[in-house]
Amino acid sequence: MSNIVIECKNLGIDFGGLTAVDNFNKSIKSSQISGLIGPNGAGKTTIFNLLTKVYKPTRGSILFNGNDTKNMSITSINKAGVARTFQNIRLFNKMTVLENVLVGLHNRTNCNLVSSILRLPTYFRSEKKAKEIALNLLEIFDMKDIYKENAGNLSYGTQRKLEITRALATSPKILLLDEPAAGMNPKETEDLMETIKKIQNDFKIAILLIEHDMKLVMGICSEITVLNYGKIIANGLPIEIQNNQKVIEAYLGKGEEIA
Amino acid sequence: MLFFSQLINGLQLGSIYALIALGYSMVYGIIRLLNFAHGDILMVGAYVALFSLTASFDPWLVITLTIITSTLLAIIIEKVTYTPLRNAPRLSVLITAIGVSILLQNLSQFFFGASGRPFPVHLLLEPTVFNFFGININNNSIITIIVTIVSMIVLTFIVKRTRLGKAMRAVSQDLDAARLMGVNVNNVVTFTFAVGASLAGIGSILYALRFPLISPNIGGILGLKAFVAAIVGGIGSIPGAMIGGYTIGILEVLVITFGLSGWTDGVVFLLLIIVLMFKPTGIMGKNIAEKV
Amino acid sequence: MRETNIPLYIRYIVTAILLTSFLFIGFFITNSNILGRAHNTLIIQIGFYIILSVSLNMVAGYLGQLPLGHAGFMAVGAYSASLFWRLGILPSFSNIIVGLIISGITAAIFGIIIGVPALRLKGDYLSIITLGFGEIIRVVINNLDNITYGARGLLNIPRYSTFTLVYICVIITIMVIHLIMKSKHGRAIIAIRDNEIAARSCGVNVIYYKVFTFAVSAFFAGIAGALMAGNQGILVPNNFDFMTSVNILMIVVLGGMGSMFGSVISSIVLISLPVFLQPLNEYRMIIYSLLLIVVMIFKPTGLMGSYEFSLTYFLEKIGIKRREENV
Repeated sequence: MSNIVIECKNLGIDFGGLTAVDNFNKSIKSSQISGLIGPNGAGKTTIFNLLTKVYKPTRGSILFNGNDTKNMSITSINKAGVARTFQNIRLFNKMTVLENVLVGLHNRTNCNLVSSILRLPTYFRSEKKAKEIALNLLEIFDMKDIYKENAGNLSYGTQRKLEITRALATSPKILLLDEPAAGMNPKETEDLMETIKKIQNDFKIAILLIEHDMKLVMGICSEITVLNYGKIIANGLPIEIQNNQKVIEAYLGKGEEIA
Repeated sequence: MLFFSQLINGLQLGSIYALIALGYSMVYGIIRLLNFAHGDILMVGAYVALFSLTASFDPWLVITLTIITSTLLAIIIEKVTYTPLRNAPRLSVLITAIGVSILLQNLSQFFFGASGRPFPVHLLLEPTVFNFFGININNNSIITIIVTIVSMIVLTFIVKRTRLGKAMRAVSQDLDAARLMGVNVNNVVTFTFAVGASLAGIGSILYALRFPLISPNIGGILGLKAFVAAIVGGIGSIPGAMIGGYTIGILEVLVITFGLSGWTDGVVFLLLIIVLMFKPTGIMGKNIAEKV
Repeated sequence: MRETNIPLYIRYIVTAILLTSFLFIGFFITNSNILGRAHNTLIIQIGFYIILSVSLNMVAGYLGQLPLGHAGFMAVGAYSASLFWRLGILPSFSNIIVGLIISGITAAIFGIIIGVPALRLKGDYLSIITLGFGEIIRVVINNLDNITYGARGLLNIPRYSTFTLVYICVIITIMVIHLIMKSKHGRAIIAIRDNEIAARSCGVNVIYYKVFTFAVSAFFAGIAGALMAGNQGILVPNNFDFMTSVNILMIVVLGGMGSMFGSVISSIVLISLPVFLQPLNEYRMIIYSLLLIVVMIFKPTGLMGSYEFSLTYFLEKIGIKRREENV
C-alpha cells in the first residue's frame, strides 16, 4: 500500500509581481526520503515555507493525508504531523538542550494549566514521561551527556542535530530538513547521512530534504525533484537526475558545480 | 466660518505634530530606534528659546540658538547612549531611550522647576489677527503652517538630492550593506539625529507660539502623539509624517470642537490602535516581511 | 529544571516554615508599630511593587515583549476593587477577597482585550500600542465622572491593605508565576521569546500563550492596583499615568529581565532607598534614569541577569542531603 503523506497540486506563490514558485506538483509517500535540489533562489525554501504554512499559497493546494490544509496554521500543521528544521538554525538559544526537546514535546505533554499550578500528580507524571522521551531521543543522536548545556553554546553541527531532534520530538509523519549538511565537514556529513537513514528506518516517517551536497542527496534519496526559477525541471531517481540534460544546464548555466 | 477657523487651527497643531513626527520617523526609519527622548529635546529647545528671549536677545538669534542647542543635544545623546548600543537587542535600546527621556525631564525639573513658565511670545512676534474673507486667522498660525511646509520641502530635497540623503536612504534599507559599500554609517546616523533635532528645535518655537507655557513635561505626551502621527502616516516617509501630523492635529481640534476636550489623548491613541490593527505600516508605509 | 537529591516534601516543608516565619516577623513588626507608620506604609508599598514588577517581568522577561501600559491594568484593578469595596455588600473578610478577585479578573479581561490586537504587532509597535491602551484607560477613568469621580478622586476606599493581606498576595503571585514558568506552559512562553517561528513549528500555540501571558500579567497588576487602593484610601487617575508604568519597568529592568528574584530585590531597594536617603529624594529620578541608561549600556541583562534564588541549592550548600546518601 503506497500511502501518500503530502501531495502538492499546482502549488504556486507570488511575491508582489514575482512568481517564486509555480505549478509545483509532488507527492511524497510515507517511509520515503526525497530530495529537493536546485540552484540558489530556485524556490526550495519557499516550498518548505508553503508546506509548513509560513506562507499562504497564491495558487493550488496542499493535501496532507488526503485533507486540504488550506485553513491550517504553522502550529496546526505541526500538530497534524509536519515538522521541519530551518536553513538558518532556529533553536531556543537560552534554553538547555533538554528544554529544547521538551518544547518539541509540547503537545505530547498532557498537563493542563491547573494541574501545573497546583502541582497535581498529573504534572509530575507528564513531566517525568516527557523527560524520558526527550532523553531517549537525545541518546539516539549522541547528545544525552550534554543535555544540560545551553543550546546557544553548541557547535554548529550539534545545533543542526538538536534541531532535527526537536523536530522529531513533535512526532511528525513527515520531516522537512532544510540544508541539514550546510556548514558541516565531510566527516560530519557522512555521519548525518547515517543519522537520516536511521531516522527514516526507526521512526518510519517520510523525509524531504533540501541539500546542496550532491553526495548526500544522491546517497540517501530515493526520489529527487529539481527546481529552477520556481518550476520543476526534473523529477525521478537519482541516476536519472544525474544524467538529465536540463538539470546539468540549470546548474552549469548558473556556473555551479554538480558533483 | 467656524469650520474654516477650526481647520486652520487644526492645520497649525498638525504642523507642529508633523515637524516632530519627522524626527521620529527618520530615526526610526534608519536604525529602528523609537527615540523616546525626541519630544524632550523639543522641551529643552523651548526652554532655551524662553531664556534667551527673556535675556532680550534678537529674535533671529533666539531661533538660531534654539535650533543649534537642540541639534547639539541630540548629537550628544546619540553619541553617548545610542552608539554603544548599535548592536544591542532592540529591547535594551528602547529602554535606554525611555531612560534618556526621563533623565531630560528630571534634569529640567531640577534646574528650571516643575511648574510652567510663561513664554514671552510678544518678544518674538507681535500677535496679529488677520481677517481673511470673514475668517479670523492668527499670524502665528500662518507662520507655523508656512514654516512647516518649507521645512518639508527642504528636507525632501536633502533626502532625495544630496549625497548624504542618498546615504541615508541606503542605510535605512540595509545598514550592513551600506557599510560594505563604503557609507560611513555612524556619520549618517548622527546626521539623521541632527536633522530630526533641528526640526524639533523649529518645532519648539512653533509650539511655544501656540502654547505659551513651558514646563519640563511638555515633551512627553506631545512626543508620544507625534510618534503616533509618524506611525499613522507611515514610518520612514516624509509625506507620511506630514499626513499623519495633520490627521492628528485636525482630529484633536475636532474632538475639542465637539466639547470633548478631556478625550483628545484617548482619541489619538484610539486612532493609533485602529491604524495598527488594520494597516500596521501606516498610510504611506511599505510592507516589510520577516525572512524565514 | 534543577537536579537535586533533596526529597520534594522536605523542600516543601522548609519553604512553608520560611514563609510562615516571615509572615509572623512582618506581622509583629507592623502591628507593634516599632518602625512607625511611615515605614509600615513603605513595607506595604514594597509589597505591591513586587507584585507589579514580577507580573510585568512575566511579559517583559519571559515572553520578551515590552508593554508600557502596566499602570493601565493596575488602574482597572484598583478602580474595580475600590468601587466594589465601597458598596460594602459583604462582610469585611469576604468583601476583601471578592474585591481582590474582581480586580484581578477585570484586569485580566482588559489584558485579553489588549493582548489580542497587540499580538499582531511586535517589538516597538507592541510597546506603543500598550502605551496607547494604558493612556486610553486613564482618559476613560478621568472622564467617567459619575462612576470614578474623575480627577476629583475616588474617596473613602476601605483601608484593607494590611501587611498580612499584601504579604499573602505577594507570595501567591510569585508562587503562581513560578509554577507556571516551571511547567510546559512556561517553556512554551520562553520558547516564543527565543524564537517565535521555531516555537510555532514545534506546535506551540503562540497566540494562546501570548494572550495567556498578557492575561496573567494583567491579573496580578490588577491585584496590585487593588492593594494600592486599599493602602491609600483614595484614587486619582494620575496615579496610573505613563510614569507609573515606567517606574515598574525600571524596577524590572534594573533587577534583571527574566529574574523574579531580581524584581523582588529591585523593588525593595528602589522603593525604600528614597525613604532612607531623604536628602537624595530630590535627585531620585535623575539617579534612577542615569542608572537605567548605564545598566543598559554596560549590562543589558539587568543587575541580576536571569539569576534565580534557589532554596534547594541553598539547602545543598548547607549540607542537607538525602539521608541514605549521608550514610
